[in-house]
Amino acid sequence: MIHLDGSVIMTAMRIVVPIKQVPETNAVRMDEETGTMIREGVEAVVNPLDLYAIEAALQRREACGEGKIIALSMGPPKAAIALREAIAMGLDSGVLLSDTRFAGADTWATSYVLAAAIRKLGEVDLILCGERATDGDTGQVGPGIAAWLDLPVATYVGGIAGFADGVLTCRRLVEGGHELLDVQLPAVVTVVKEVAAPRLPTLRGKQRSRQSDIPTCSADDLDVEESNLGLAGSPTRVVKIFRPSVARQCETLRPRDESELAEACDRIVEFLQHKELV
Amino acid sequence: MHDHNNIWILAEQRDGRVLRVSHELITRGRDLAAKRGGELTAAIFGNAIDAADLQGLIDRGCDRVIAMEAEALEHFLVEPFARCLQRLIESRKPEILLAAATTTGRTLLPYVAIKVNAGLTADCTVLDIEDETGNLLQTRPAIGGNILATIKTPNHRPQMATVRPRSTKPAPVLAERRSGVIERLPAPADLLDSRITRTGFEPLDETTRLEDADRVVCCGRGIKKGENLSLIEDLAEQLDAAVGATRDVVDRGWLSYPHQIGLSGKTVAPAVYLGAGVSGSIQHLAGMQTAETIIVINSDPEAQLFRVADIGIVASLFDVLPVLTKTLRAAKE
Repeated sequence: MIHLDGSVIMTAMRIVVPIKQVPETNAVRMDEETGTMIREGVEAVVNPLDLYAIEAALQRREACGEGKIIALSMGPPKAAIALREAIAMGLDSGVLLSDTRFAGADTWATSYVLAAAIRKLGEVDLILCGERATDGDTGQVGPGIAAWLDLPVATYVGGIAGFADGVLTCRRLVEGGHELLDVQLPAVVTVVKEVAAPRLPTLRGKQRSRQSDIPTCSADDLDVEESNLGLAGSPTRVVKIFRPSVARQCETLRPRDESELAEACDRIVEFLQHKELV
Repeated sequence: MHDHNNIWILAEQRDGRVLRVSHELITRGRDLAAKRGGELTAAIFGNAIDAADLQGLIDRGCDRVIAMEAEALEHFLVEPFARCLQRLIESRKPEILLAAATTTGRTLLPYVAIKVNAGLTADCTVLDIEDETGNLLQTRPAIGGNILATIKTPNHRPQMATVRPRSTKPAPVLAERRSGVIERLPAPADLLDSRITRTGFEPLDETTRLEDADRVVCCGRGIKKGENLSLIEDLAEQLDAAVGATRDVVDRGWLSYPHQIGLSGKTVAPAVYLGAGVSGSIQHLAGMQTAETIIVINSDPEAQLFRVADIGIVASLFDVLPVLTKTLRAAKE
């Protein structure tokens, strides 16, 4: 294990996976006044992109032979359900960060609290995150945690090839190809779908998750400054939420025979020529 | 806060050549500078950056270019890039800093936003200045493009945003001769340590480079099996397009993940997107609905993709694609 300051080395890995509970449906309602999401009454799931981070963590633990994986989630009390789902997939434990003072946090204030919680966990080798959450769509919390903890971060990782001498070998999917990276741990790694196919929870995992104790941390349990928390601590403000206007009118061609099909294809080519695309 | 008076863009380079996204950011920056006043500055990190390309940033509308160079900055590595950017922000105090929402911008800016205690908005598609306050108004799609949110950063400087690539046109070289300052600075050696080492690069082939593509041909489950991909590839070749795929196609192993468009894949905004056998799930729409032009080929007239399309043919892709490919070939000759 490697302490955050780089000292102490052992073999078993300690991995943290920050996860987010997100609304499952696309019918999300917004609070027009605060510009934040109304989560009540909407089915909630583990952010689908976090499942790849959970799977990558499980595979790391298997490759090392031993280790501990801790899921962290900041959210309302019912986010404990997301942590139980992560435990059912095979994670060792979960910690819920829940406090009304955390509410309304943007990515700055969210990564602040998650980083404070990770610091409190002590020795951590690897922090594995999903690429982004499917509701906020920012992808800013993973790099934000790294910045708060002064750790390196490798984003968009599509493959973890191995680990030796404190160095994780990764493939990072960027524009035009894959970068091959040697990442010195401890580090934050955010993963994309090609890193691994998430497994389903097992029956034993589900039983274990039901019996698991999910401790809750409030702001008082963390070494944090009150002024950095929640909406008050967030530099950004949502000023307006609106639905995008769909102004497109589709010209629909319905060919009934071969000659009409040829005409339809001519029309598409003409359309492209008109747009100066051919 | 009065000393923060400049608008900055973060330009990007690859192999020493300035990338097109940088010119798109100039378009955004000039627009904001016209409303807000102040200079437009481009900051860029790299090694032995092409001098004509740096001048090109001036010619396209920047007033100042700050190029910080070192061997260690040849490729993006978060720690040295972040320290250099932080040093520049703290010494020059930009009021607004825009970067492209590329893998670089979406890694570097959230890291630096924490270090300089700034607000950051991801993947903006519209930027404006609030009349009364002069604050930057940042509009971005969220929840898979189902809503748009306008966000501002009232009290923190710089106001930082990443901007979705291809959401605006690159700034052209201006007709009148412009004067501007180009500062080429060696990066301070004490900022260049990195705990990440880049040991190699494996390029994707041309047809997989979705995010650079101006045209995309995308196939969905309607192609029925992997062997039928040649229909898509032939059309893509005629259109000079990259090949995209829905999640179904990738999960079946017919195409690799770098081809996937949608919520758990890439977001593309090409000049033209053609979807064949693509139903248009919410998850897929999230990755392509900002395309400039959308063409759909699907035998099911109820397919959701028709709702966001400009033009479409209701017919089997197996009938349409060979004819369309032939028609295109003939039109080009």
